[in-house]
Amino acid sequence: MHSEVASGEFFFLTPWVVFFPLIGLLINLIFGGWLLRRPWGEALVGWVASLASGAAFVVSVLLAYSLWLNHGQTVIVPLARWIQIGDLQIDWAFRVDTLSVTMMLVVAGVGTLIHIYAIGYMHEDVRYKGDPLRYRRFFVFFNLFIVAMMILVSGDSYLMLFVGWEGVGLCSFLLIGFWYEMDTLARPSWANSDAAKKAFVANRIGDLGFLLAGFLMFWYFRSFQFDQVFEAARQAPPELIIAITLFLLVGVTGKSAQIPLYVWLPDAMAGPTPVSALIHAATMVTAGVYLIARSAELYTLVPEAQYVVAMIGAVTALFAATIAVGQYDIKKVLAYSTISQLGFMVAAVGMGAFVAGMFHLVTHAFFKALLFLSAGSVILGLERGHHHLAHHSHGHDEHHEDVFDPGDMRNMGGLRKRMPITFWLYVIGALALAGIFPFAGFWSKDEILLDARLHSPTVYVLLSLAAFFTAFYMGRQIWMVFFGEPRHAAAAHAEESKPIITIPLMVLAALSIVGGALNLPFKGFHHLGHWLEYTVGEVKALPLDLGVAGLSTALALVTIAVSWWVYGRRPSGAGQPDPLRRLGWIYTGMAYKWFVDEGYWTVFVRPYVRLAHFLRSVIEDRFWHDWFHDTVLVGTYNWLAHVGMNRYADQRGIDGFANWLGEFTKRVSATTRRVQNGFVRAYALSILLGVVAILGYLILR
Amino acid sequence: MIPLNYYVLLSGILFTIGALGVLLRRNPLVMFMSIELMLNSANLAMVAFSSALQQLNGQIFVFFVIAVAAAEVAVGLALIVQIFKTKHTINVDEMSNLRG
Repeated sequence: MHSEVASGEFFFLTPWVVFFPLIGLLINLIFGGWLLRRPWGEALVGWVASLASGAAFVVSVLLAYSLWLNHGQTVIVPLARWIQIGDLQIDWAFRVDTLSVTMMLVVAGVGTLIHIYAIGYMHEDVRYKGDPLRYRRFFVFFNLFIVAMMILVSGDSYLMLFVGWEGVGLCSFLLIGFWYEMDTLARPSWANSDAAKKAFVANRIGDLGFLLAGFLMFWYFRSFQFDQVFEAARQAPPELIIAITLFLLVGVTGKSAQIPLYVWLPDAMAGPTPVSALIHAATMVTAGVYLIARSAELYTLVPEAQYVVAMIGAVTALFAATIAVGQYDIKKVLAYSTISQLGFMVAAVGMGAFVAGMFHLVTHAFFKALLFLSAGSVILGLERGHHHLAHHSHGHDEHHEDVFDPGDMRNMGGLRKRMPITFWLYVIGALALAGIFPFAGFWSKDEILLDARLHSPTVYVLLSLAAFFTAFYMGRQIWMVFFGEPRHAAAAHAEESKPIITIPLMVLAALSIVGGALNLPFKGFHHLGHWLEYTVGEVKALPLDLGVAGLSTALALVTIAVSWWVYGRRPSGAGQPDPLRRLGWIYTGMAYKWFVDEGYWTVFVRPYVRLAHFLRSVIEDRFWHDWFHDTVLVGTYNWLAHVGMNRYADQRGIDGFANWLGEFTKRVSATTRRVQNGFVRAYALSILLGVVAILGYLILR
Repeated sequence: MIPLNYYVLLSGILFTIGALGVLLRRNPLVMFMSIELMLNSANLAMVAFSSALQQLNGQIFVFFVIAVAAAEVAVGLALIVQIFKTKHTINVDEMSNLRG
């Protein structure tokens, strides 16, 4: 399966997909602080990071070309020996196959565009938040993320994949908590760092599943290397494979934000918008989809596990889509939309439609990054409008309020005229997401629906409903944000973003339009399918089904029309309630996220906090500290010290001996002092007697 | 010729008288005289043995003893004068400052 590396190919460059971003990271880490204090340095910091990511993209393109020359055959590029314990040997090796190269292209490609966008975005963001020197930290973390993501997708073993998996989790944590000392409205608070912690803990639960799967692999297969694991799995009992695949699924639900661990992703919107676009929409959250596609050979062995994966994906897709309808924060809508779209991908790879899942992963990376970045542009536009007002409203204070939320769609409206470029970009992203012909999302979503209709009617119905809600919430967002009249003075004074922000968006918009060409459902156009066939195995290319495609497109168009009827026909003014409120409890559920966070709080977090509190106050404080430590340990020690050591050993033993010695000496001397009676004649007598005694002895002996 | 035993016996008697004088008397002058008596009894014995054994060692030794005795008396009398000046008595039993 592995061919020899031919000359003229670029596989020797493979490690550089990791090392280029690493170099960029180090440059900014070492020189960034110095650069930021120069007037021209800030842009340089951003461009160094962007070039580092761009270099990784160039390497990825060269690898794709080499792979094409190599007829798609997998190449393994060993770099270093990592672990050798007993018969376990793990190398740091890069696996260059069509699947990993596809991921590399997405990560580095979309990543580079978002890096460039972030040059402009963070320039304004750090100034609104009041800490321009944090600019460097952002790009260091961003490059670190690219490093970790590249390790994740290029590793040749589950252990290397896990290293990257944890690395991107760390970067996610660091970047969600980028403004750790404030909340999303820049008020002093720990809300952002709480969101980061929530993401980290939820991912940790998922990682436990991944770890358990890894332990099972090591215990039964004695290897983490993909080929060896797949080889061994063919002879393994199905129960074992089910356990491994389901444990992996737990990891996927954490990283890819599926039910039941999706709750961290909406909170992760606390991070700056480029972070939401790169990490929490385009790349990191798709790592779970990649993991399942990578483990295709395991999942295809056990249809039961596949069914569970597909159902979780489909239910998540619908569930998250309903919540997105009830949100007011422009990024929260997109966050739930991301969860929903990840559900589509997970459902696809769960049904064995790995190509469809990866196809949707790629197109989703394009249009969701586009949507998030456009939303960031909208937020910045409102922020600019707000600052404009603040500078021009001396004397009349009615514009000033305590808190202005530039991400709240109820503050927007009518932005079509103020921000035309962003408007058109957003519409392109929305149409692609809603699955309107001929945008990229249409082709990829349609392929998933087609597979679903063939494999599982339940999944098909769930996903179709999810697609309905998707079109609705995107329509709602467009009408609320860009149409109607401004509901806030800041929206009325919003300003369009600079080219550094809009140009990467245009590239992404172009990709969102033509991205479907990667895998058109016509004979001879299944490029991505043939490309991935080398890695995920033969996948039957489905022809275009006009019924499925027509139905989904018609549904989307009708839904957008419905959303216009609800939101666009009579735009609600400032302070008016949402028209959907008439739906009663359904609207309440959607607006309050079906109370899942509250449920988790009641079922898991509060008992846990109470248990922790109990452990701290009763077990730790009262039992261990007050009783065991203070009473038992300290008491015993004090008793031993007072009674044993002081009273007996010291007072009676040592003091007693010393006193006895003194007393003894006194008595002896009191007795013997009498010899010294001061009478010279007595001394003379004793001398005489002594002499007589000694002489007598000497003479008589 | 007087036998050697007689000399030795006389020497012993004189020594005993001297020793008893040192032990029993309280006047330091008398005690010094008793000491002289003991020293001279020893001198007598040494001279007697020297004559009997026909060797000069004993006689030479006696000269030394006489010289030492003279020096001792000189020191001793000076001490007694000083003691009398401070204590206005020379009773040795009164000189018990070193009693323990």
